Amino acid sequence: MSECSNCSSCAPAAVLEFPKNGAAPKTVAVIGPPNSGKTTLFNRLTGLRQKVANFPGVTVEQHTGVAELPDGRAVRLIDLPGVYSLQPRSEDEQVAYDVLTGNRADTPKPEAILLVLDTTNLARHLMLAAPILALGVPTLIVLNMADDLRKRGGKLELAALSAELGAPVALVSARQGEGIGQVFDFLAGAMPKPAPKGLPVLQDVPKCRQWAGQVGSEAKYHAPAPPKWTRRLDSIFLHPVWGAVIFLVVVVGVIRTIFKAALPMSKGIERLFAVSGKWVATALPDSLLRSLLIDGVWAGVGSVLVFLPQVLLLFLFIGILEDSGYLARAALIADRTMARVGLQGKSFIPLLSAYGCAVPAIMSTRTIENKRDRIATILIAPFMTCSARLPVYALLIAAFIPDRSLLGPFLGTQDAALLGLYVLGFLAAVLTAWALKSSVLKSGRTPFLLEMPSYRWPTLQSIGLRLLDRTKVFLVRAGTIILLVTVILWVACNVPPINGKLPDLEHSLAGTVGRTIEPAIRPLGFNWKIGIGLITSLAARETIVSTLGAIYGMDPKTQEQGLQAALRNDLSLGGAFALLVFFAFAMQCMSTSAVVRRETGGWTWPLLQFAYMGALAYAGAFVVNHLIG
Amino acid sequence: MLQLSGNSALAETDFATLVDLRHGDAAILERIDLPGDDARRLMELGFLPGARVIAGRSGPGGDPRVFQVDGSEIALRRETARNLKVRVEPARKPRHT
Repeated sequence: MSECSNCSSCAPAAVLEFPKNGAAPKTVAVIGPPNSGKTTLFNRLTGLRQKVANFPGVTVEQHTGVAELPDGRAVRLIDLPGVYSLQPRSEDEQVAYDVLTGNRADTPKPEAILLVLDTTNLARHLMLAAPILALGVPTLIVLNMADDLRKRGGKLELAALSAELGAPVALVSARQGEGIGQVFDFLAGAMPKPAPKGLPVLQDVPKCRQWAGQVGSEAKYHAPAPPKWTRRLDSIFLHPVWGAVIFLVVVVGVIRTIFKAALPMSKGIERLFAVSGKWVATALPDSLLRSLLIDGVWAGVGSVLVFLPQVLLLFLFIGILEDSGYLARAALIADRTMARVGLQGKSFIPLLSAYGCAVPAIMSTRTIENKRDRIATILIAPFMTCSARLPVYALLIAAFIPDRSLLGPFLGTQDAALLGLYVLGFLAAVLTAWALKSSVLKSGRTPFLLEMPSYRWPTLQSIGLRLLDRTKVFLVRAGTIILLVTVILWVACNVPPINGKLPDLEHSLAGTVGRTIEPAIRPLGFNWKIGIGLITSLAARETIVSTLGAIYGMDPKTQEQGLQAALRNDLSLGGAFALLVFFAFAMQCMSTSAVVRRETGGWTWPLLQFAYMGALAYAGAFVVNHLIG
Repeated sequence: MLQLSGNSALAETDFATLVDLRHGDAAILERIDLPGDDARRLMELGFLPGARVIAGRSGPGGDPRVFQVDGSEIALRRETARNLKVRVEPARKPRHT
């Protein structure tokens, strides 16, 4: 890619230089039914890394990228959410509709369209071609999943299909990169307006389907055999008994692996920080700078980075579950539980992705048509155990719960504790949903529809790119929010000077603040040091780990102990469990509050959410501290 | 097909909706008794009058159930499936393909 293609401000300039009869596009929209591979194609064409997964509804707002043509020219591509028709009903469909018709202020009306269809189910997917071609915008019909079609013995005559639709057609496999050249050729060439042989009445779905079937049979479309492996796998994964057992085994297995397999890697990172910290300590003279680096940055940021392997393992599993298509089955198995609390199955997928992070989860609620259901899902999403809680849980569990076996080699006490916290968050979410749905957010039911994708092998590339992105996000957070909070904390721990000397921790600014709030948190079993951590963790949950790392690292009494041992000496068992429960419930994430404000269009819901979750956290921690302590 | 009078809710739901299909049963869709928008969405997914629907596997306890229709597999909850009236095809063995 040239340097220019990364810069959105100079991309239009490149487009203006189009030499060929002015017909080449500046902006091209990518559209198609859900799970037809639009984003995979978009990523192929632009080299960007939008998130893709094997279930419908991954893309919820339009993404823009620049595709560079072989001759060096640039085209702006817009990746749109999947739609079954051009009759918008949910927020994500509205976005797609507005962009295509030029009704969106922030996006220029596209001059051409790439209509992506799943070739393994062409007859039904062709229905979308009718309203798209009726727009009169130059359109390339991209028949995706050519590899699946061939493998399962389907075929069609491209020339005949192109003649029927009056638009060019390209058979591609966006996953394998097959046929992408034809898409580039279309983008580079002069694109004629579509001239279909005839279009049905667009409002009439049966007529549209009939038309699509006719076009298919004119093109000698021979549907591929049903996906054999999908049926076979479903007979296991959706088995009346084994399905639920496998579901549980998958969940427990993921949690256990996160704990056990990440351990050696975490230890490695820990050692790296210990060794490099010592090296810096000996290289620098005893000064304030050395104290900042060693006690602040190394102890603080280092104690969070130790948990990178755990977070990556979590995203590895989420990635495999998503890309393989198992997640849609999990949604099916869990749907009844969701129905009992008044939520629809569509809420399940945002909630599942909230196990990674609540921010994308809240954005993906746009696929929910019902406004009240959507708000309810947004409000409960932060209860799901996100990856930022993992460092906090892992630290406290490792420090306070001895590792013993519960069910032979299958389940240990530490795994059970972590599993319990995941369940606790889930229960808080569903009970809150139930309370909301049976009172303020009561609404009529909308039908639950979930398309089951065929199983696919997750590709190394897709998962690898996602892990790379997560690593980046984690490191950027550690290098920005967490570093900043740690430095502020270090300063607050070293002012004001007392008798011309640095204050001890207790009488420093941070210590004073901590001791001021101590009476409020004492009933929860927390002392003022934990109090400082609670304050810093308002920025982001895992900041409490870096804060405690820095605080105990600065205190001469606990300096040599290591964080876990220092915590064990400073916190009762009841207090430790209370802290776990507090983190399970409390809303300590600025990014989430910001996205809730954006998606609900005001401060009312995020403030209510913050207050409610805070109250629940306080009450929960209070009860636990008194039960155990 | 004999159109039921509909004065007995039991008789109608008992015999002629998607809910009555077991894994492997096939039926022809007759009509969708749902408000316009909801019916339209189902139709876009292939649930059109005259379409052949085959019941597939389900979540625990038979709800929701996956239905094969028009080349795709769509899961519907019982409460939705109940509104899709069908004409059941003569009994046949579950199709394993």
